[in-house]
Parts: sequence; C-alpha cells; structure tokens
Amino acid sequence: MMLQAVMILGGTGLVFAVFIALANRKLWVWEDPRIDAVASMLPQANCGACGLPGCRAFAEQAVDGKVSPAQCTVSGEAAREAIANYLGVDAGEERKRVARLLCAGGTDLAVQQAEYRGLPTCSAAAAVAGGGKGCAWGCLGLADCESACSFGAIQMTVTGLPKVDPDLCTACGDCVEACPKGLFTLLPLDGHLLVQCKNLVQGDDALENCKVACTTCGKCVMDAADGLISIASGVAVVDYDKIALEAPKAVERCPSGAIAWLNGAQFAGVPVMQRSNR
Amino acid sequence: MPLAFDFRHGVHPPEEKELTRELPIRRMPYPDELVLPLRQHAGKPAKLCVKVGDHVERGDTIAEADGFISVPIHASAAGTVTAVEFWPHPDGSYAEAVRIAVDKYAAQVPRPRIVPKWEGLTTEQVVKAVQQAGVVGLGGAAFPTHVKLAPPKEYAVHTLIINGAECEPYLTSDHRTMAEYPDRVLFGIRVMMHAMGVKKCVVGIEKNKPDAIAAMQRAVPKDLDVEILPLTVKYPQGAEKMLIKAVTGVEVPSGKLPVTVGVVVQNVGSVAAIAEVFETGLPLIERIVTVTGHGLNKPQNLIVPVGTKLRDLIAYCGGVTPDAAEVILGGPMMGTAVANLDAPVVKGTTGVVVLAKHETRGETVYPCIHCGRCLDACPVFLNPSHLGDLARVGRYDEMTDAHLADCMLCGSCAFVCPSNIPLAQLFQASKAALRRVPAVTT
Repeated sequence: MMLQAVMILGGTGLVFAVFIALANRKLWVWEDPRIDAVASMLPQANCGACGLPGCRAFAEQAVDGKVSPAQCTVSGEAAREAIANYLGVDAGEERKRVARLLCAGGTDLAVQQAEYRGLPTCSAAAAVAGGGKGCAWGCLGLADCESACSFGAIQMTVTGLPKVDPDLCTACGDCVEACPKGLFTLLPLDGHLLVQCKNLVQGDDALENCKVACTTCGKCVMDAADGLISIASGVAVVDYDKIALEAPKAVERCPSGAIAWLNGAQFAGVPVMQRSNR
Repeated sequence: MPLAFDFRHGVHPPEEKELTRELPIRRMPYPDELVLPLRQHAGKPAKLCVKVGDHVERGDTIAEADGFISVPIHASAAGTVTAVEFWPHPDGSYAEAVRIAVDKYAAQVPRPRIVPKWEGLTTEQVVKAVQQAGVVGLGGAAFPTHVKLAPPKEYAVHTLIINGAECEPYLTSDHRTMAEYPDRVLFGIRVMMHAMGVKKCVVGIEKNKPDAIAAMQRAVPKDLDVEILPLTVKYPQGAEKMLIKAVTGVEVPSGKLPVTVGVVVQNVGSVAAIAEVFETGLPLIERIVTVTGHGLNKPQNLIVPVGTKLRDLIAYCGGVTPDAAEVILGGPMMGTAVANLDAPVVKGTTGVVVLAKHETRGETVYPCIHCGRCLDACPVFLNPSHLGDLARVGRYDEMTDAHLADCMLCGSCAFVCPSNIPLAQLFQASKAALRRVPAVTT
C-alpha cells in the first residue's frame, strides 16, 4: 500500500519533471548576460530619475546602447566608469543636476500672516487657506520634501527652509512631486544663477510679505547678458539654455536678494535644524 | 413616493444658530474699496473688460463670462477702477482682482437693465439671462446656476428640490431669507419651474426653522405644486445627495449627478438671486452673509456687496473679541480658515464665522483607537479611519480604490473622532495631491 503511493507520486513527479525540463529547453529565451551584470552595478534604488521604469530597464537600455551610463544620475563616478568599462562604451557627459528651491523666504525673512495649527505636513497646511504664510507661493517649511527624499539629501534649516546636500541629491524628482507649492526644480549643479522666488505680486508690494521677494525691477535683466534673464508674469526667469553666459554681475544690483549667485549648495551658511528641536 | 425625511448616518453638531437666528437681515453700508476677484465661481475665470481708470456704475459688467461654464462679474458699487492686480483670494491663494474705489455719497442706484418678461421666455433665453446676471450657487460651491437650468436632454427632470436645510452650524442666511422674503423665493421657484418645464417642486427645510417653514407655507401660491417639507435636524442634511435621499427616498448612485435620478437641487439663496434678476434686473452683486461666532462683538445677518474685504466686514460687526482665535469662511464644518483678512467676500461666501478660543479644538492628535465612530458618522458609508491611515502615508491610489471620490469633505468623521484626528483635512490634502495641481493656482 505504502509502496503504491510512493510509486504513483514519484511517477507523476518524474513525468512532470521531464515535461518541465523539455519545456525549459524549448521555451528558453536568450538574454544578454551583460544585463544582469550591469544591473548589479547600478544603485538598485529604482528611483526613476533616469526616466525609465527601474534599474533593470536602465541596464537593458544601456546594454543596447540607448542610454549612456552617466544618465543614471544616482550612481557615483566610480560606478559609471565601471559600467562604461564593462560595456566598452564612453561613460557619456551628464551634467550633475540637483534639486533647487525657488524660495528663500525663511521664517526670518518672510511674514507669517496667520498661525497654522493642524497636521504638521505641507500638503495638509496648503489645503487650509494656503498655510497662513503671507506669501501664497512661499515655502511652508513643514518638511514634506524632507520625508519624501529617499537619499537623505534634504534637511530643514533653522529658518524653516529645506537645504539640499548636492553630494547626496540624485535629482530623482521626488521632492518636486512632494511640494504642494511646486517650489522644487531640477537644475545643473554647475549653474550659478537662481531666482529664488515664485511670487507673482509685482513691484514693492511683494516686499510686504517677504524681504527677499522678486519685485520685477528688471535690474538683473539689464546687467546680465542679452536674453539670459527675462521678466515673465511677475518674476525674473533665467533662460537655462543660455547659462554659459552667466556672470556674477547680474545679481549685484538686486535690491531684495531674490536672485542668487550659487556656488554649490543653496543656503550654504544657514545651520540645519537638529531633530530634537522639532 | 416614499418620503424618508432623513438619511442614514450623520452627526449632530451644536447648532449655535441662536446668535443670529432672530436678527433681521440688514444692509451693510458700502466700504471705501471693493476687490472683485475674476475667479469667484467654479469653472473658467471671467474675462476682464474694464481698464484702470474706468468709472463703473453699480451693476456694470467688469468681466465677461469665458465660455458656457463661466459667469460674468459685475461692479457691486459705483466707483473707479484703481488697479487690476494679484490680491489675496479667500481660498488662500492670490488671484487677479479688480480694485474699485467706491464713490463717496453716491446714490448707488443700479444702472437699469432690461428686465425680461419671464412668461414668454424659452429655456435658452432664461439660461442666457441668468448667466448674464452672474448667478452662481450661493450655498458655497459657487457652481454657475444657469448650467443647472439646462440639464442634458437625455434625462427627464421630474422634481426641482430647493435646499433650505442649512445644516451648517452658526449660519442663518438661508433661514432669514426664507422667513423674510418667502415671496421672492417662490417667485424664483416659479421662474425655474417654467424654464425647466418641471411640474413639481419640494422645498426641504430643517425642522429647527419653524418660522421659515410657516412663512414659506403661507406664501405658496395655489397654482404651483410646491411642497414645503420639514426635515430631520441632522448634519449634513443640506448636502445635495443627502437632501435628495431625504426628500425623494432615492439614492443618487456614486459618481453620478442628481439629474440621473431626475432631480435638480438649488440653494434657497440662488433661487432668490434668480428672482431678483427677473424682478428688478439686478445682477448678483450682493449676497446675504451671516457674520457670526462667539469671537465677534455684533453677530448679524447682512446684505453685503460682493467684494467687501473681510476686514471691513468684521469691523462693521463691532470687531473681534479679545479671545477670538480663528476666522472661517462658510460654516465651521466645511468652511476653510482664512489667513488674510484683506481677502474679499466672494459670491460663494455663505458666512464669516469668528471662533473664540474655547470654540476651537485642541491641537493634540491622539492615535486612532479603532472605535469606529467615524464609520457610523460617514453619510456616504466610507471607512474614514482606513482612508486616514492611507492618507498619512501618501498611498493616494489606494484611497481612490477605497472611494475617496465619494467623500464630500463634510467633516462628520473628524467631528466625532475622540482622538481628534483631522480626517477631513487629510482627505482634502489627498484630493489635492490626486488632482496633481499645486495648492497655489494663479
């Protein structure tokens, strides 16, 4: 009795094993072994910063030569070189991009019109009368971006603005999506000019709500190279296609300091808030 | 038709209507300056048609309707246009607005408009006249009224429901309108029934307004099939779908408009505004606002010119008391707090409630204890506790699967929550995130 059961089970098992083995041969698909190798060299963050659905998709495209290794902004210099050497291609030129905040109105400079009491997240505050800040476009400082950043690149300063660490920032764009005021934008790290304001109130009225608001005075437009900066619907705008023309002269006459000349990080001199202070 | 007078679930917030319930509607004098945002209604903002320096008479069009789901905006007082610029909007953003310096000592007679004789008008003509008068739903959502007057042809509308529930605590503007101007409301109903070809009309009024019910019942003319229906006092009785359930016993399917079950709902204030269009030719340039709350010195029901700054309005009502803590536009359940008192009263402002410190809730939020009270309160049978958990971690797609779209942000769940979890605010933020629009729109 016992033997019979073992034989039936073992027999069917054997039949299916043979069937699976044959099917495996018949249906086998050749896959470039380099894809797995490249994928293992990628950060496996699956962040989507490259615009592709995950690291494996990037590896496939890299092996096909459709993307250059440098287009993975998340991996470091060494990893890119390693992938380029492995595939025997050029690593490619990709300017390092970082998230930049289009607001400089921290708690020391911007007026708080009303006290906000409620859930301490930007998205919740923005749903209640815009969050109570005098400037309706400005940073609410409740750190939705900090919690959205999977690389720990964002820390809030003591004045309630997110400070992006350019070394850690991979330009994945999670903070861009998290900000309910749409204040983050991804820009090349080696660019210097940045208009840190999105407020559309024109003229000196803008200064009532924030000391570093763009008043659209147009001085930067005059001092910068032709066409580099323009005034569009209430705020100065830098044309980043012409960024090669930039010079520090453009920011010198800015009366409010809305336009900044950056060397690396934003808000470099402002200390970061310690966790225990929250 | 089985009459329910009621819907399932809901809550009983303290009414607080005694502050202004007995006070007759009075007219507020014109302020020195009016600010009229071009975006005051649901739909496309109006198109500016005046320039700085122009002199406008009361009732003049200053911005034209831009498309069908849009209405024009009229000057609420005679004066001079001093600027067209970004100005604080009651929703917390900045929006383009026309600033008008009001003429001092002017008679403020509205410029005569051609008053169409409503009897001979076709539906299209009534719709056009209502649109040109800038009438929107005065219950708060500010949806253009003329769009509702012309429902899609494939649905047969059999009943017009007039929303006189006014279930929001504190607010009494609809109550006073029905008690003081029942004839005007009924004239508006007559015009609407004529325009839509509807034979039956039901006015739903909560039982806590006996004087309004009596006044309306006395005013019903013999030749109109208008029923005044007293409803159970319960929040949110005035929500469109709840009201339809209470009045007709029919439930509007999820995601569908009331017209699919053959009814159209209009607010009492909008009906009175339509009546004014055909009685006097007056466009929607003023509205009845309940200015109230324990943080205000002189609560009252006022006829306020649209565009009056909240600062002026509160000052006219005696200013705020020392313990005033919060200014809310609309009722305390669904209204939003306002941060900037320079923001003007717009067409959708039903009330201005100044809450004293003791009327606001504590800040401390405790963990959910899974008591299930929010489930018993939710009038659309959602699971607010579960939705709240999802909202906190930003799993918005799963919230959509859990029918977040059915949530109308009535706030019943947050009201009953013993842990003080701001559920309604979480849902509002989630809806904003799902729409993928930045909170500040210009």
